[in-house]
Amino acid sequence: MPFIPHTENDTRTMLDTIGADSIEDLFDEIPAELRAQPLSEVPAGRNEMAVSRLLQARAAQDIQALSFLGAGAYEHHIPAAVWELTTRGEFYTAYTPYQAEASQGTLQLLYEFQTMMTELTAMDVSNASLYDGASALAEAVLMAVRANRKSKSKRILIPTTVNPTYRSVVNTIVRHQGIQLELVNYDTQSGYIDPASLPTDPGDITALVIPQPNFFGALEDVDALTDWAQAHGALVIGVVNPTAMALITPPGEWGNGTGADIVCGEGQPLGAPLSSGGPYFGFMCCAQKHVRQMPGRIIGRTDDIEGKTGYVLTLQAREQHIRRSKATSNICTNQGLLTTAATIYLSLMGPEGLRQTAEHSHANTHKLAEKLCAIKGVEKIFNRPCFHETVLRLPKPANEILSALDTQGVLGGFDLSQTYPELGNAILVCATETKTDNDLEQYATALRNVLA
Amino acid sequence: MHDTHTPLIFEHSRPGRINNTHTQRSTAQTSIIPDAMLRKTPPRLPEVSEMDAVRHYTRLSQKNFSIDTHFYPLGSCTMKHNPRACNTLAMLPGFLSRHPLSPEQHGQGYLSCMWDLQEILKDVTGMTAVSLTPMAGAQGEFAGVAMIRAYHDANNDTTRSEILVPDAAHGTNPATATMCGYATKEIPTDANGDVDVDALKAVVGPQTAGIMLTNPSTLGVFDRRIKEIAGIVHKAGGLLYYDGANLNAILGKVKPGDMGFDVIHMNLHKTFSTPHGGGGPGAGPVGVSERLKPFMPIPVVGKNDNGYYWLTEKDLPQSIGRLSAFMGNAGVLLRAYIYALLLGREGMTRVADYATLNANYLMAKLSQAGFDMALPERRATHEFILTLKRQAKEQGVTAMDFAKRLLDYGFHAPTTYFPLIVPECLLIEPTESESKETLDAFVEAMAAIQKEAESDAQTLKGAPYTMPMRRLDDVKAARELDLRYKQS
Repeated sequence: MPFIPHTENDTRTMLDTIGADSIEDLFDEIPAELRAQPLSEVPAGRNEMAVSRLLQARAAQDIQALSFLGAGAYEHHIPAAVWELTTRGEFYTAYTPYQAEASQGTLQLLYEFQTMMTELTAMDVSNASLYDGASALAEAVLMAVRANRKSKSKRILIPTTVNPTYRSVVNTIVRHQGIQLELVNYDTQSGYIDPASLPTDPGDITALVIPQPNFFGALEDVDALTDWAQAHGALVIGVVNPTAMALITPPGEWGNGTGADIVCGEGQPLGAPLSSGGPYFGFMCCAQKHVRQMPGRIIGRTDDIEGKTGYVLTLQAREQHIRRSKATSNICTNQGLLTTAATIYLSLMGPEGLRQTAEHSHANTHKLAEKLCAIKGVEKIFNRPCFHETVLRLPKPANEILSALDTQGVLGGFDLSQTYPELGNAILVCATETKTDNDLEQYATALRNVLA
Repeated sequence: MHDTHTPLIFEHSRPGRINNTHTQRSTAQTSIIPDAMLRKTPPRLPEVSEMDAVRHYTRLSQKNFSIDTHFYPLGSCTMKHNPRACNTLAMLPGFLSRHPLSPEQHGQGYLSCMWDLQEILKDVTGMTAVSLTPMAGAQGEFAGVAMIRAYHDANNDTTRSEILVPDAAHGTNPATATMCGYATKEIPTDANGDVDVDALKAVVGPQTAGIMLTNPSTLGVFDRRIKEIAGIVHKAGGLLYYDGANLNAILGKVKPGDMGFDVIHMNLHKTFSTPHGGGGPGAGPVGVSERLKPFMPIPVVGKNDNGYYWLTEKDLPQSIGRLSAFMGNAGVLLRAYIYALLLGREGMTRVADYATLNANYLMAKLSQAGFDMALPERRATHEFILTLKRQAKEQGVTAMDFAKRLLDYGFHAPTTYFPLIVPECLLIEPTESESKETLDAFVEAMAAIQKEAESDAQTLKGAPYTMPMRRLDDVKAARELDLRYKQS
């Protein structure tokens, strides 16, 4: 029987021990009227070989194209060792490390993960992951409301340069708690939030969200925004790309004061394959003073009774299994295996490897934009410096051009005309370190053909 | 297991040990980022060779208990075997390399798997529609209660302010009710382990938005009066939420839809055997009845003459909205789908059969060995509760002592001190994938530990002895917070 080891003899002996005649007898407490009809939509069981053939055929249906899509999920090279190690059964099939003495592998790895994330963001502390970048931002908003005790308004300012899907997820998750989400409009010339456009007397604000880079790939004036928010008693929530942290000022150093208060983001670029959107992981870091308001698992270093160093789940009094209705979040299961991959990824990349990845992605996108803008009718919309994505305006409707590029084997980017209609025929393009000069040239050639 | 100290990866680090074999080095830097925006000092990530990293993380893995290495009877967690085919096939390049925003026509293979999975889950739960997007059980719970709220709001029924939760419920239930803006009211459990129906009748009313129930409950028994409970709550205008954490017990036997539930979440990382990964990822799809269908979280996979496509805000304007940046834990869903194909319809019912057989056998054997069960007169479902209240009184040993000593005997501990209403309890869930020999060995270990409790309780209280660590100091960890390595 699939995944059931019992012989007929085992089953008989076990039923005798129980004092039951049949397995069916073990369900005798379930009212007969509730017993289900046989399953009709579940297919009959198949052997591994048959299922393999089916899945291989399905996977082969999914077309491989030269992709310049980013918009929240990024194609990076993942060293082979990352998933070789991550899928070791001892990591892959362990549970949440409740029994610390039998889970030191996972616990020490998570402590290393927390250290790496605090290094990347220059923040004091990190948790052990949330679900993904979008839901992490929702948790950050809820956390800011708890952490900013001086603010009574529950007003959160979210720039329209934050990924539109993230804003949508935040709205889904926080809407029942009396929180007001107020949009801050971007400068349509530059594609960023102009600090000079912010009001001088904004009233009581709980927190300001600052994306870096923003959804357009552009770099925000994080120092001015941070100083503005903190001058008005608001906490600063940074939403950052972790790869970019190797290159640009980390949120712990934003502004003239103590930096961002809470930092979150999508961990996918750190070793998670694109995989149709998941599993990825959300990360969250914060200033030490806010640690007790943080959601999710946190690992701490401690001693055993002989004084040897070890690791445990700590500050559990924040969590749902202890605090129940007063918990900081309902999160229980997180994205442990993906943080395992990220920890191994960052170990293999090191500071130099990550910097090269970031720089190469930055340079490639810049190079791609130059090549494409050399084509008549194609232009860059914004003049802000970018990380590894940028917005281009096309001479024809974006969806038509993207479809035409698709027939030439190129996924040309993300169509912005639905979410940012004011930009016209605009697309968001991304070229990470995975793209060679030939790849960039192939895109340019395809676009030239399409527009000819 | 290794009993040696494993230094942190940072302690293997040497300045200038650059591991640049993995990506192309950037050439001709044309950074157009102004200096003021550039990072001044690089992050202190480890500088190690590939071999350093491989050895280090291999060693760390060896310090874990896992299903692959040990019996892991963690109650309410369904630690069953994770078939390798599920992982291998979910990691086929076609699936792994697909960008989530690539056109639908590029993802017909993946989308067809998700469509099939939706159909399978509809069938096993008896619900009208399924959304796969929630990323774990707790997010599924959130989606479910948010849908209940959206339903009442859509009916202009806005005075309902309470969610009822049994006192045996998972902590995620009340925490979820809070996130959805509801107050929680606890319902006691009666002496037989069922929801106290009289107490329920006393608190249900026009303020009741709904009730969150797990059936079988976290006490490891099937609530026999579930239809009556459903009737009471529905009559008051409330809806019923099913916490699917314990679905393994009734797979193919009972459908939550038939019990009267309006919305359920499933933990695919439990019932459908996707790996727990040291804490996740999970997947917590939700199934809904007809009346909650308009409120499902998006996206949902649809199908028409042109193939498979995503239903979005446009198709479901009353949706509670999006819960993730894309469509949830896609790769986890694939693993669950592959598992469902391998099992098939007969295999699913067999899961419930043998999970229940194993639990009842283990309960019978432990009773024979002299242990007390919390509910000895009841049938176990897929799990059951053993209480060490007597041992705590007579020998001064606790459930925690037994749990830690089990590690020395090569078994992961059951869930301890949950549900909160049973003193000194172990919640034991063997799952269908364990053999009779393993269960017998576990009983022998428990009996041996009982002997130790009687003869030498002090030794027992010092356990574990054979792990890489002795018992760890949780109080120190919380008081003297050390959450990251401070590099010199």
